[in-house]
Amino acid sequence: MMKKAWKSIVIILVLLFLYLPILVLAVYSFTDATNIGAIRGFSLHNYVTLFTTPELVRMILGTVVLALAAALLATILGTLGAIGAFYSKKGMSSAITTMNQVPVVNADVVTGFSICILLVVVFGIGKDTFIPLIVGHVTLCAPFVFLSVIPKLKQMDSSIYEAALDLGATPLTALVKIVIPQIFPGIVSGFALAVTLSLDDYFVATYTKPATFDTISTYVVNATKGAQTTIKTALWALSTVIFLLVVLFTIVMNLRAKRAGRERGQV
Amino acid sequence: MEHMTNIIELKHITKTYEDGFSAVSDFNLEVKKGEFITFLGPSGCGKTTTLRMIAGFDIPTEGEILLNGKPITELPPNERPINTVFQRYALFPHMNIYENIAFGLRQKKTPENVIMKKVRKVLELVDLEGFEKRSIDTLSGGQQQRVAIARAVVNEPQILLLDEPLGALDLKMRKEMQLELKEMHRELGITFIYVTHDQEEALTMSDKIVVMAEGKMQQIGTPEDIYNEPINAFVADFIGDSNIFNGIMTGKLKARFCGGEFACVDDVEEGTHITAVVRPEDVILTAPGQGQIRGIVSSVIFKGMHYEITVESGKNEIVAQSVHSAKVGDRVGVHVDPDNIHIMIAEDHTNIFPAEINKNNELEYNGTVLDVALTSIVKGSRQTEDGTLLDVNGSEIDTRKLRIKISIKPQDIELTDEQEEGLVQGYISNLIYKGDHYSYVIHTDLEQDFVVDDEYLWNMEDQVGLLMPVEKMIFSVKK
Repeated sequence: MMKKAWKSIVIILVLLFLYLPILVLAVYSFTDATNIGAIRGFSLHNYVTLFTTPELVRMILGTVVLALAAALLATILGTLGAIGAFYSKKGMSSAITTMNQVPVVNADVVTGFSICILLVVVFGIGKDTFIPLIVGHVTLCAPFVFLSVIPKLKQMDSSIYEAALDLGATPLTALVKIVIPQIFPGIVSGFALAVTLSLDDYFVATYTKPATFDTISTYVVNATKGAQTTIKTALWALSTVIFLLVVLFTIVMNLRAKRAGRERGQV
Repeated sequence: MEHMTNIIELKHITKTYEDGFSAVSDFNLEVKKGEFITFLGPSGCGKTTTLRMIAGFDIPTEGEILLNGKPITELPPNERPINTVFQRYALFPHMNIYENIAFGLRQKKTPENVIMKKVRKVLELVDLEGFEKRSIDTLSGGQQQRVAIARAVVNEPQILLLDEPLGALDLKMRKEMQLELKEMHRELGITFIYVTHDQEEALTMSDKIVVMAEGKMQQIGTPEDIYNEPINAFVADFIGDSNIFNGIMTGKLKARFCGGEFACVDDVEEGTHITAVVRPEDVILTAPGQGQIRGIVSSVIFKGMHYEITVESGKNEIVAQSVHSAKVGDRVGVHVDPDNIHIMIAEDHTNIFPAEINKNNELEYNGTVLDVALTSIVKGSRQTEDGTLLDVNGSEIDTRKLRIKISIKPQDIELTDEQEEGLVQGYISNLIYKGDHYSYVIHTDLEQDFVVDDEYLWNMEDQVGLLMPVEKMIFSVKK
């Protein structure tokens, strides 16, 4: 009995440790408090500010558009890279896989800084063109897409590509109609991973973004340094919204995985 | 006349990989329209590589492939009127059965109503009517195989390639599918090229069999030809169970092997080294003294249809199949009818003879312990301190059931007057001058014949000892 109780206590402590900070923020976001510590009354004014301040709305939309665009490009590049590496000769394939590991492990600061140097200083591409920012985020995300697609390729029966050619399909048709559908789950999770990575990123964005543009990360860092309390408390609301979206997303994904598993289990 | 034309010709095909390994070398083949031809050989013999070159997945490094007289050597697979049934089916898991079968027709922009008709017809052919909407993973292995066949034949290819298509099925299903495939071949009239390592499957189904080993064609012929007249020891050993002996022609239509003299029907010049093949079903066990040789029954295994009886005669072993059982230890005579002995001129005079394993798990021949460890012969095995032999998984190997063969080349054996120094003793029963050396046949006291090359002249009937260095011996485990 005691043992069981201990187990529960440990689990509760761990969960508290993980979730308490965000819960505190969530609670405060629904009050009119200006500082953490003093709760005065329930209020939705943080949410109103969040969705009505043009600066905030622009910043949120900009971040989301950037994330989707970068993730899309990274998904295309990462998937093609994975397919290329998979069908390459053995030595080439492992060389590509190893080279793909480096950016994954590399510090984001280094990635961001070096892209800034290369594109802005060496090639003279202005930060205002958004090109350095997009390139930076694609560079950040593509290796992760590669990593989530490769296992799906390895699971696939490699002779189905040859079977498609054998039945008269051109290599492109075989790729689009046969290989891509097989690895699609890997591509989707690669895309999702790329979106979160881009949303999360701070370092690459600081080095490569146009001066007038802010992602959520760079904005939050700047805002928390400043003294504008209305904006600061509105960011509590933003954090809560992001957190809820993530929770929702995770639940949906898990339910889908469960359903897919059940369908397979019935056979 | 159409039946006489070659649908596909392979001319001097060689496939060498970058690491220098030749999977197929100088392979020549002509296949007639409508034939059922089978590539038969052990794994790694190049049969699948050859099939892949016909399909277009691999390009030969040398040689030419002609389809109806036109070169297609480098034509990509999607442009060849050839379809393949893959070993592990290779069905598209995200499509239902209808879509799988329709895939090839869709590539040719066939109208939907024609596709529908053809799919229905081919599903009838493979006995899967009404399965259109089912998904692949609801099918059994046998059903998936049928879909794979349907998906290929619906395109009405000129040649259908089948790469060990029944390998993953259980025995009963395999037998059933063999007959069905044969029937399908008759119905469709398409040329079938079939790859298998199962000799029984090849014999049952094919019009013609190509036996392959180490990337080379060994023999091509009808199943009867291949079975009754194997061209060399490899083919004889691979097709069916065989007793294979080294021997020598001792007179007109007379051969000596396995310690006895046999009448035979193959007219080979006296003194020629030969390989004799006797099928176990042709070995007749008689009362001792009545057959050409006599021996002692060393094992009896019940096989359902018959008993497999091993007889030891001197140091030779002969396997017989009989409907009557025998007891281990029985003294028997062994008789073989002349027309059941197949004589081949030996192209390679390597001496092959069985070794013994003594109580201490050491290798022995003629009472002499050979300086070689069993662990170096049995792959992945190791020996414990008390001498027990363990296999890769650490379980004990019963050395009494282990059969080890020694092979040694004629030039690696030396003759000596000091008979006791030799591993075995015997007298010279034959000699031929071969230009720069003499080739001797030594009939040993153990009733075996050894071929020995020596540059010095010895006389007929000389008693000699045979020096056989262990380091020149090659050991193999016979199952």
